[in-house]
Amino acid sequence: MSANSRKRIAVFWASSCGGCDISLLEIGPRLLDVAAAADIVFWPCATDFKYHDVEKLPDGSIDVCLFNGGVRNSEQHEVALLLRRKSRVLVAYGACAADGGIPALANLVSRRAILDAVYHANLSTDNPAATEPRPLCAAPAGELHLPEFYGQVYRLCDVVDVDHVLPGCPPQAERVWETLKALLDGQAPEAGADGRVGCSPRTVCDECPREKKLVRVEAFRRHHEFRPEPGWCLLEQGLLCMGPATRGGCGALCIRADMRCEGCYGPPAGVADQGASMIGALSGVLDPASEEKAYALVSQIPDPAGTFYRFSLPSGLLKARRQDGGNP
Amino acid sequence: MERRREDRQDGGSGWEPRIIGFLCQWCSYTGADNAGTARIQYPPNVDVIKVMCSGRVDPELVLAALARGADGVLVLGCHPGDCHYISGNHKTMVRMPLVRSVLRDFGIEEGRFRHDWVSAAEGEKFARVVAEMTEEVRRLGPLRWPQRLQESGFRTCAAPAPCGEAVR
Repeated sequence: MSANSRKRIAVFWASSCGGCDISLLEIGPRLLDVAAAADIVFWPCATDFKYHDVEKLPDGSIDVCLFNGGVRNSEQHEVALLLRRKSRVLVAYGACAADGGIPALANLVSRRAILDAVYHANLSTDNPAATEPRPLCAAPAGELHLPEFYGQVYRLCDVVDVDHVLPGCPPQAERVWETLKALLDGQAPEAGADGRVGCSPRTVCDECPREKKLVRVEAFRRHHEFRPEPGWCLLEQGLLCMGPATRGGCGALCIRADMRCEGCYGPPAGVADQGASMIGALSGVLDPASEEKAYALVSQIPDPAGTFYRFSLPSGLLKARRQDGGNP
Repeated sequence: MERRREDRQDGGSGWEPRIIGFLCQWCSYTGADNAGTARIQYPPNVDVIKVMCSGRVDPELVLAALARGADGVLVLGCHPGDCHYISGNHKTMVRMPLVRSVLRDFGIEEGRFRHDWVSAAEGEKFARVVAEMTEEVRRLGPLRWPQRLQESGFRTCAAPAPCGEAVR
């Protein structure tokens, strides 16, 4: 990494948990290399720069912007547009920016239902005046503005063009370092055919050390019910492991710790819908003799959409629940 | 036929349900043939796609049909035990209930998705299933998923990767 021309880096969190910011620290002592090569011009989690500091920068003057989180409200949307304008390379960093992530599961309920739950219906809510946040309201001190709460959670690429997509919840440190190092050296990070970086085009199963015994699943089980047998495919043991429908790159970290894959790296290359892909994969391990048995087996799966699309709802084909009519 | 396709587009009074039907070639497609050669009358609203086996119908195809403008999807295969490939329709038996439960979570009515078994000799059953489903989807009205996605501001390219113009 050449230190003679200092780079400018920005990091931003939108609709996310903050884990992506922490995952940057996981690259460890190599942070010193980053500090030697680059100035951090914006990082709300770690530094005290404000939006107006970013606005003062010339357009295209940020060399690399790592944007984590999806877009849930108008403030995040505005900052996405601002950072797009100021950045030469904009990276959708982490599952939420790449595929919507866990916050995008809110796309399975309506905006109205979310406001009702949070401001009125929750047992711990004490709101006798039935106050709700409004984008604009008059106060003695003048007009007060709040960001508008959108009807859906969007991926970063729904609102601005992105240069690279680095998936994962959070992205793994080695993959982060490889990508960041390439970008700071002014090179394009190694990408698959679909433009995603820091991951494999193949599935988690490809990296999984466990082996299949080619037996059929008779019943689904959950983690608190048993201890998985070492070395044997978790899906065949009845755990709903998302490995067959999930992009690799993590090195099957969770599976090595006896936990099923939850699907955080999103769909593998060539798959348009992670949930549909998982439903397809399940039929390979279930082989019911009758239709009744099939219904009994699949009805054991709690919250199918929330399980199959845990990290990738807006990246799928249907993207969000319809807001009118339909089943309750 | 041309007139009907035009009517579908206006979404108004001339709207006709558009249903995509995936039919296995060994039983259900032959069953549809049977309905034709027997000159059974049934609504022309199902666009038939012949597949080798109902077990070959990837759930992605069902979701893609709805996401791209179908008002309903019909999957027909051989009766359990009759599969030309022995266990192909066992895969259908597992997938389709899961597809149904996922569609429910997206607010898509149960009547818009149906899977059933039609043998090569069941031309009458084929005509009945098509008539029932067409009536049910007509009652439910247009699904308009592509318009919904556009109105919501989602980018609908296949891969969430660098591409094209942002919608919003």
